[in-house]
Amino acid sequence: MAQQNLPNGMPPQMVNSRPPFNTNMEKPPLQFNGIHSSHSSRDSSPSTRPGQQVPPSQLPPMRSTIPPSQLPPSRSPTNLINQKMGQLNVSNSNSRFNTSTPNQTLQNPSGLVSAFSPINVPKTDNSAGNQVFRQQLQQPPPPQQPQGNHSPYNSQGQNRTLINHGVPPYNHQIPQNQVLPNSQQTPHVNYNPPFQPQTYQRPLVNNHNQAPPHFQTMSQPKPVQNNNPVAQGGFNYNAAPNMNMPPPPQTQFKTNLHSNRYPQSQPQQPQPNMNPPQFYQQPQQQQHSVTQHGFNKMWGQDHVDLLQTPNILPREKVTPPKVYLGNEVLDSANCSPEVFRCTMTKIPESNSLLQKSRLPLGILIHPFKDLTHLPVIQCNVIVRCRACRTYINPFVFFVDSKRWKCNLCYRVNELPEEFQFDPVSKTYGDPSRRPEIKSSTIEYIAPAEYMLRPPQPAVYLFLFDISRLAVESGYLQSACAVLLEELKSLPGDARTQVGIVAYDSALHFFALGEGLSQPHEMTVLEIDDVFLPCPDNLLVNLKDRADLLTDLLTQLPTRFNNTYDNSSALGPALQAAHKMMAATGGRVTVFQASLPNVGPGALTAREDPSQRASTEVTHLNPANDFYKRLALECSGQQIAVDLFVVNSQYMDMATISGISRFSGGCINHFPLFKASRVLQNERFERCFRRYLTRKIGFEAVMRIRCTRGLSIHTFHGNFFVRSTDLLSLPNVSPDAGFGMQVSIDESLSDVQSVCFQAALLYTSSKGERRIRVHTLCLPICATLTDVIHSADQQCIVGLLAKMAVDRSMQSSLSDAREAFINVAIDILSSYKLSLNMGNGSSSLNAPQCLQLLPLYISALLKSTAFRTGTSTRLDDRVKAMIDMKTKPLSQLIQIIYPNLYPVHNLEEQPIILNSEEEPIPQPPHMQLTARCLDSKGAFLMDTGEHMIMLVCPGVSTVFLNEALGVRDYVSITDEMYELPVLDNLHNQRLHQFINYLNDEKPFVATLHVIRDNSPIRIEFFERLIEDRLENALSYHEFMQHLKTQIK
Amino acid sequence: MIFSDPLLFAFSLLNTGAVLFLLVYFVITLSDLECDYLNAQECCSKLNQWTLPKLIAHGFLSFMFLIHGHWILTLINLPMAMWMVYEITAVPSGNLGIYDPTEIHNRGQLKRHMRDCMIHLGYYLVFFFMYLYCMIVALLKGDPINRDDQFEIDS
Repeated sequence: MAQQNLPNGMPPQMVNSRPPFNTNMEKPPLQFNGIHSSHSSRDSSPSTRPGQQVPPSQLPPMRSTIPPSQLPPSRSPTNLINQKMGQLNVSNSNSRFNTSTPNQTLQNPSGLVSAFSPINVPKTDNSAGNQVFRQQLQQPPPPQQPQGNHSPYNSQGQNRTLINHGVPPYNHQIPQNQVLPNSQQTPHVNYNPPFQPQTYQRPLVNNHNQAPPHFQTMSQPKPVQNNNPVAQGGFNYNAAPNMNMPPPPQTQFKTNLHSNRYPQSQPQQPQPNMNPPQFYQQPQQQQHSVTQHGFNKMWGQDHVDLLQTPNILPREKVTPPKVYLGNEVLDSANCSPEVFRCTMTKIPESNSLLQKSRLPLGILIHPFKDLTHLPVIQCNVIVRCRACRTYINPFVFFVDSKRWKCNLCYRVNELPEEFQFDPVSKTYGDPSRRPEIKSSTIEYIAPAEYMLRPPQPAVYLFLFDISRLAVESGYLQSACAVLLEELKSLPGDARTQVGIVAYDSALHFFALGEGLSQPHEMTVLEIDDVFLPCPDNLLVNLKDRADLLTDLLTQLPTRFNNTYDNSSALGPALQAAHKMMAATGGRVTVFQASLPNVGPGALTAREDPSQRASTEVTHLNPANDFYKRLALECSGQQIAVDLFVVNSQYMDMATISGISRFSGGCINHFPLFKASRVLQNERFERCFRRYLTRKIGFEAVMRIRCTRGLSIHTFHGNFFVRSTDLLSLPNVSPDAGFGMQVSIDESLSDVQSVCFQAALLYTSSKGERRIRVHTLCLPICATLTDVIHSADQQCIVGLLAKMAVDRSMQSSLSDAREAFINVAIDILSSYKLSLNMGNGSSSLNAPQCLQLLPLYISALLKSTAFRTGTSTRLDDRVKAMIDMKTKPLSQLIQIIYPNLYPVHNLEEQPIILNSEEEPIPQPPHMQLTARCLDSKGAFLMDTGEHMIMLVCPGVSTVFLNEALGVRDYVSITDEMYELPVLDNLHNQRLHQFINYLNDEKPFVATLHVIRDNSPIRIEFFERLIEDRLENALSYHEFMQHLKTQIK
Repeated sequence: MIFSDPLLFAFSLLNTGAVLFLLVYFVITLSDLECDYLNAQECCSKLNQWTLPKLIAHGFLSFMFLIHGHWILTLINLPMAMWMVYEITAVPSGNLGIYDPTEIHNRGQLKRHMRDCMIHLGYYLVFFFMYLYCMIVALLKGDPINRDDQFEIDS
């Protein structure tokens, strides 16, 4: 029977070496972060297991404890571990984390136990069990262990992860022999071969997970094969994509390359095993009772047991769910989810249904995204509904050839003659050939009636803080250099104007008048009542005075080197900027390095540094209304203020950010900025360069309309809501995202679909008035199951984050955190309700479309914005909150849950071709936990604006030499910020992959290569948010908590 | 500044009438905003400048009742006065007033303000008639025919 159960390619000798498969066994231990799930932890504790001989070849390398010196300070309560060890009478063998010393390998297995102990102790409180366990383990000593353990990840990150990392066989194997007397276990019928076809539910999951679990980890892992159709077919990363193919012999070496388990244990054998490396392990998630299974089948909907599925993240990027309107033409015409996304792909027909599902309803929009294909039309008449002013879109109904019915207010409108003319074929006839009807994202070049005044020139004003702190940070050098380079590429026509003002305790204006040989500086000391020293020449034409501007920008960085002025008059500077630009509007860019402490808008330091880790966070709200008031005045004059904060001390982001928040600006934060720090400076320059050269829309307004019966009640983002559905955006940038919460006011049961339309009216930098219209159409559904299965988890998380920011500002941070947890509980409860299951179930089910929601929520609770207990500077927290409000969804998700990829074997990964026909390797996405790391690997974490590559000590020299271009492991310095370009496959693939990741970002991310044994590795490990942090729950604990809360 | 009762009630009638007019103005302005005839900034700056006068009018009236020894009237006026004080003190430091243009369209605030105004309006309407009744009672106190008696009673 065991034989039948094997994956196709499983060679017979593996079968023989496998311990007898006990068919009485009800359930192998389900592991999750290395511990057993709650209900089974007691039963699967080692004390109940009879001894079992483990074939030596299947034993993992030795594990030992991590020397305290190598534990990251913030993550590892070393003393706790030691304490636990003491409890168990286990000696702490301080083996170094060093792969090249074989003599350390045969140390006592007690090291192993000590690594186990933190897990078992809290869970079972059974130290005797651990002792028994240890004795068992000692029986089969690992035969050859040339390499010490490489699993600092486990015991460090959380003192509990061990099992999955280095010693999976133990974990899997021992329970095999266990006959569980406990009847609680009986509903779980997995891995019992006769049941397998039934218990198997999830289509994404590779069938090979039917192999007994110990199998997957017992033997040598094998690399993923590129030619494996399974691997490319959208299978779960964890799903052992390569199991049904015997590995080609030449992959032998590579196999070792990315396995940390038995690096050299079977060096000569052809590797017969089919087992993926550890992190490819199939989640053992199909723990469904027969009842559940029946329900699932009935509805054709899948669900996932969160408690049993540690590796919940799919192999590929999470894609937004598709909207099905029941009509292919309409489906293809619908707005791209990148631009316009709703938290549900089907709208519940009534408010009560929505309340029952407990899902938030809202839309996220990224209206000015850089698009590659955007139909632009210029016509005399823009067809709009006469009642609600909706733009004609693909989802309107044509009553006959002369009339159309608005899909938002249902008014029947006349169709102008002109509309029946097809500009492509130059014939009259069917109106559906028009681009307006074919595409739901369209741009009109607007006629004169859409202008309040003639298009104004693009005006850019730069305000530089030159107080002492600013000069010390050295940002002025970098900023002026970048500005000088990009001066020519500022978007705008021939009328573009530029001005520069510097400020400390006084305002320094620079007149760039005609005929001057060099800039003329005018200092205004009077800051309480600001005036402009001269009426003109402060803002000058870029083309005419390019020389003077160049001159000024070259002088500026050194001009104020000797000031010792500690004051910063931001308020007066902004007032002056408002005065300068009131006539035309435009963009003000402020570089602020210190707390503004003189003149109007002066602030005091409110943050108490000793309270940074406390659970109650105060001062999240502005200290005064000066900046908000000024921002509204600016907004009225079509001036947007963008902030570049390069502070080294507290500068009250909560108050100052008001100037950008309400004027439609953006905020970029570079905490503790020093130009001498290469990485920071690089990020600052790239960010500023992108900022200068990106598209810009002036004098913009955005109006969101929705079908009658729905209404938008809350807006999130940087803008001013001028009237119920009109957002005033003095500037709109391609990097700005917005969110709106929607409520259902009337029953929608008599309609088939609802629409949202966002129309963005703006003046392009070339002085054209344009309207960009996005329309999203969503079907209506009537049942709770439909509603829940239509959820879009990423969008929900995006909206929740925005709502939580509001909550923390109005109420308190702890309230917001509680609300997050309640959302997860509510949604899972309502799902349980919709499944109609009793209370008896021991699983925590989530629909597949929401399987990542708890993961994201647990990540949000640990994000800079919402975490408590970890020391977080107030400014950083407020900035993180602003990001939650304003980042487009894709970037936001990456901030919340960074992407982690293995990059040591890119040349073996499946490939896609990009637009230039270059092969791009597609490594799997990995869970953010140390459990998934591999000491023979290299891992790239992509946090959006910054990438960190962790190189583990066991990584092959080939990778080091060829991909990274370093001689050996130690020669990776702490300052390795870029990869050399070398002419070999490893290096090319790595570059291709990183470039591919960067293509989707607004600007190229900075890269930092980190050695696993360098102190800065903490940068990487603090982002492994699934693991237990100082006082935040690990993902698994969070799931356990949810489980207890769900009634 | 002690008035006779009829005079006091006549004053309270005037005062309440004025506040009633103010409240109607509030409701009109808010519904203008709702219908998009007004932008949020104008609306809020118009309303915010009248919130303090409203409180002063109400507080002064309560004070008058207090010094005239109308304990019951003082007590039933107090909750509203306290509510208005709370409303003003509860404004976050970063907001421009009770009516904040950046928030009024968010989270159903407009509806809430509208509801509050309506409750105020009803409350003042009830009080208006109560004061009217009190004034009539005060005028009728004693013998309305024989005015001299009244003075005897008063003195």
